[in-house]
This record gives sequence, C-alpha cells and structure tokens, in this order.
Amino acid sequence: MKLITAIIKPFKVDEVKTALKAAGVLGITVTEVNGFGRQGGHTETYRGTEYQIDFVPKVKLEVVADDPAVGEVIEAISTAARTGQIGDGKIWVTSVDELVRIRTGEQGADAV
Amino acid sequence: MSVEERLAELEASVGSGHIAWVLISAALVLFMTPGLAFFYGGMDRSRNVLNMLMMNFWCLLVLPVLWVAVGFTLAQSPVENKFIGSFDNAFLKGLDISDGGMTLAVVAFLGMFAAITPALISGAVADRMKFSAWAIFAPVWMLIVFVPVFKWVYGGWLGQRGSLDFAGGTAIHVNAGIAALAAVLVLGKRKGWPKEGHPPHSMPLVMIGTGILWFGWFGFNAGSALEANGTAVQAFMNTFLAAAAAGLAWCLVERVRDGHFTNLGAASGIVAGLVAITPAAGFVAGMSPIFIGLIAGVICCFAVGLKTKAGYDDALDVVGVHFVGGLVGSLLIGLFADPDFFGGDFMAGLFYGGGGKLLLEQTIANASAIAYSFPVTLGLMYLLKVTIGVRVSEEIEVGGLDQAEHAETAYHEALV
Repeated sequence: MKLITAIIKPFKVDEVKTALKAAGVLGITVTEVNGFGRQGGHTETYRGTEYQIDFVPKVKLEVVADDPAVGEVIEAISTAARTGQIGDGKIWVTSVDELVRIRTGEQGADAV
Repeated sequence: MSVEERLAELEASVGSGHIAWVLISAALVLFMTPGLAFFYGGMDRSRNVLNMLMMNFWCLLVLPVLWVAVGFTLAQSPVENKFIGSFDNAFLKGLDISDGGMTLAVVAFLGMFAAITPALISGAVADRMKFSAWAIFAPVWMLIVFVPVFKWVYGGWLGQRGSLDFAGGTAIHVNAGIAALAAVLVLGKRKGWPKEGHPPHSMPLVMIGTGILWFGWFGFNAGSALEANGTAVQAFMNTFLAAAAAGLAWCLVERVRDGHFTNLGAASGIVAGLVAITPAAGFVAGMSPIFIGLIAGVICCFAVGLKTKAGYDDALDVVGVHFVGGLVGSLLIGLFADPDFFGGDFMAGLFYGGGGKLLLEQTIANASAIAYSFPVTLGLMYLLKVTIGVRVSEEIEVGGLDQAEHAETAYHEALV
C-alpha cells in the first residue's frame, strides 16, 4: 500500500477529484495549505507599500492506494492538475505499513 | 390671535422637521464609530482586530457618560466664552425639553462627535498600546484636548476671529490627527517596523467600514447645519461629491504609480475626501467639493508615505489621512468659501473675492489647534508611560493583543 500525496493549485481540485473518481478511487482527503516552491510568493501593495507574500495557498490531497493502482492514481492527478505553468505542484509516494478501516476492523489492502 | 395662527406659531417654534433631522444625524454619527472600528480593524492584523474594535467601542461606552457630565457644558456653555465653558449645564442641569427638544438633540448630536474624535487616534497606536492605558487616555484626552479646542472653534476665540469649521476639520480631524502623531512618538514603533510588513488581514472588513463611514458622514456634515435647510442639502451634496472625487484621485495616483486600482486606495481616498470636506461642507458649493476632493485625494495618497521616511510608526495612517486631509480641507476654505451661495455672513475665500484674509484666519486656527493639541497629548502620553505604562510586553505584541488583553479570539480555527 502506498500513500500518494499531491500539492496542487486550488482551482484544480474539482478536476482532480473527478479524474480520481473515474480512476476508481473511493476516498481522498484534502487540506488547504500554504507554502512555496520554485514559483515563490508574490507581492501585494497597500497604500503604496509593497509587501512580499512568501506563502502561496495550495491544496494538499492524500490518497491511499493498493500497489497495483498507484500508477493510475499518479497519472490521473498529474494529468488533471497540469496547466504547464510554474506552480502546478508535486506528487510524492510513501509506503504505508498498516491500514485499518475503523468501522469493520478490516486491515491492509482490504481496508483501502 | 386666532387658534389657527396660534397653532402655526406653535408648530414653527417646535421646528419638528429640524429636530427630526438632528436626531437622525446623531444616530448616523454614532454609527461612524463602529464603521471606523471596521475600517481600522480590517487593516490591522488578525490577532489584534478585537483589540482595535474594543478601543473604538470603549469610546462609545465612556465618552457619552463624560460628555453629559461635564463635556458638553465645558465645550459649549455659554457659547460666547472664549477659551472654555462653564459648569452651568454640568450633569445636564438646566437642560430640558421646554424649547421643543432641540437643545437636548444638539447635546446628543455633539456627544457623538465627542465619542468618535478620540477613537480616530486608535488607528495610530494599533498593535502595541496597553488597553488599560487607552481606557484612561481616551476620556482624559477628550476632556483636556478635544473640549477646549472645540470651544475655541465653535463660539470661542478662533470662531470669533472669523475662521470657519463647519463640522470639525480643525476641531476634530486636525486636532486628533496631530494628537495621533504625539501619541506614537511616546509609544514607539511596533516591533520590526518598518522592515517587517503588516498588510491588512481583511480587506472586506475595511470596505464595509468605509461604506458605514461614508453613510454616517452625511449626518456628521449635513447634520451640522443643525436645521433641515438648504445649507444641510449643500453639505450633503459636498459630502457625496468630495468623497467620490478623492477616492477617484487616490485610485488614479496608485494606478499610475503602482500599477493597480486597489480597494485600500479607494477606501483611503474616500475617507480622505470626507475628512477634507468636513470643515468646508457648509461653506462651499458648485464644483468646489470636487476640486477639494481631488486635491485631498492626491495629497493624502502621498502623505501616507511620509511616516516611513520620517520614522514615526503611525500604524494605520491617522496622520496622513486625518491630520493632512483635515488641514488641506480647512485651508482650502480660504480659497473656495462662497458666502453668496449660502446667503451667509461669513468671509469669502480668495477665489470668491474675499482676498487672503480668510486663508490667514484658517491658518491661525489650525496652527493654534496644533500648538495646543500636540504638546498636551505628548504630556498626557508621557504621564501614562511613567505611571501605568503605555505599551504591552514584547511577548504580548508578538502573540497578539486579542488574547492577552481581552481573552478573546476573532477567528476560531474549525477544530476549536
């Protein structure tokens, strides 16, 4: 089992969600986050004074998938979230040791 | 005398229309203090917004009480006293409704001005002043600075010399604006300023506050006619036009200089225009309010940059908007005052055949208000500093005043 974590542009959330559903993903978790990558921040001007805003709002999306499905999930996210512009985000995959469905107590791949 | 004649006379003496307008105006001016609180609060940081609101609402709690106790009588009674009033109407003594109610309506109306004037200063001391110090500063300042200057301007020696101040340019905005400068000189800069930026935490709040201020300002200016008459109508018109013109001017300067039309530029320009037209509202007409607004909008837009160069931390630009805007508007009366339009017996401005005499009187009046307000405020703040202290600890300044000073949080996280 793998945890697929993606940082994407907030306006792409709906498209990515639709693509993941189409790929058979049954559950995702999203969080509003702030950060910066190569895109950097931006400046805002108030009463003629410039302020550097370093942290850009992004959405963090987390999906747990069984190993054979990982490639398809990554493909769905990257295709749907891509604009080709700087700041599209990143996807990373980490191993998951244990997974438990709280309601039934199912474990491992059965709980995905 | 026939019954009809007697009734007509009674109705005229009651002047119910005038009273209605003054009462409505008083309520409009009351609404300006919450408006100011939102205007400032939105510009403030999210961890200090409740402290800002409370500094303003505090003025609505303590100043009306002080106003009817001794404020009104010292500020207005009797009208002809040159420097300070008497205690004849202390605790509302001798004030009843036998005249139909107009006198009490005016006491209430002016009480709203007494409440908002110290509140103007809160924007300068934002983010670092101890609330206990503010709680004492606001009423004491109202009594020892606002009241005497108000007396000099309205019926006192400055007014008797012929200087003009329709709704409080000198008595309120210049007075509070220069006091704000004195206050921040004693209080000191915020930690990290000016290297560290403090952008507004909620621009929508600023825009709501601006809307409330503009709405309330019709009562402030047109209500200052103290009658529902033609002067009130022209003051209303001036309030409408000067704010629009100043907002337009500020926005255009920012568009050319910085590249964007900004919400804060629109809001700041509107307020600068309202401040500038306040002293002139019942003395100018025609296109004059538009010229006054345009001039004030451009000058104030540049004036808010002075603090960084001069090194005084006027957090939300009370000096750049209220002091400078008030001064600009008050001096421009010396050019634009038009007594013929109003059928009034005040001096004409330079452009209306009056020569430079009114401009000289306007200069004397503002210089006098500044010469009194600045040192007295400096002294009051210094006295508070050496007794109870005026500044929160660095830990509180960094952690936020809302929790430390008020045990409240403006914006709760979803999990709380």
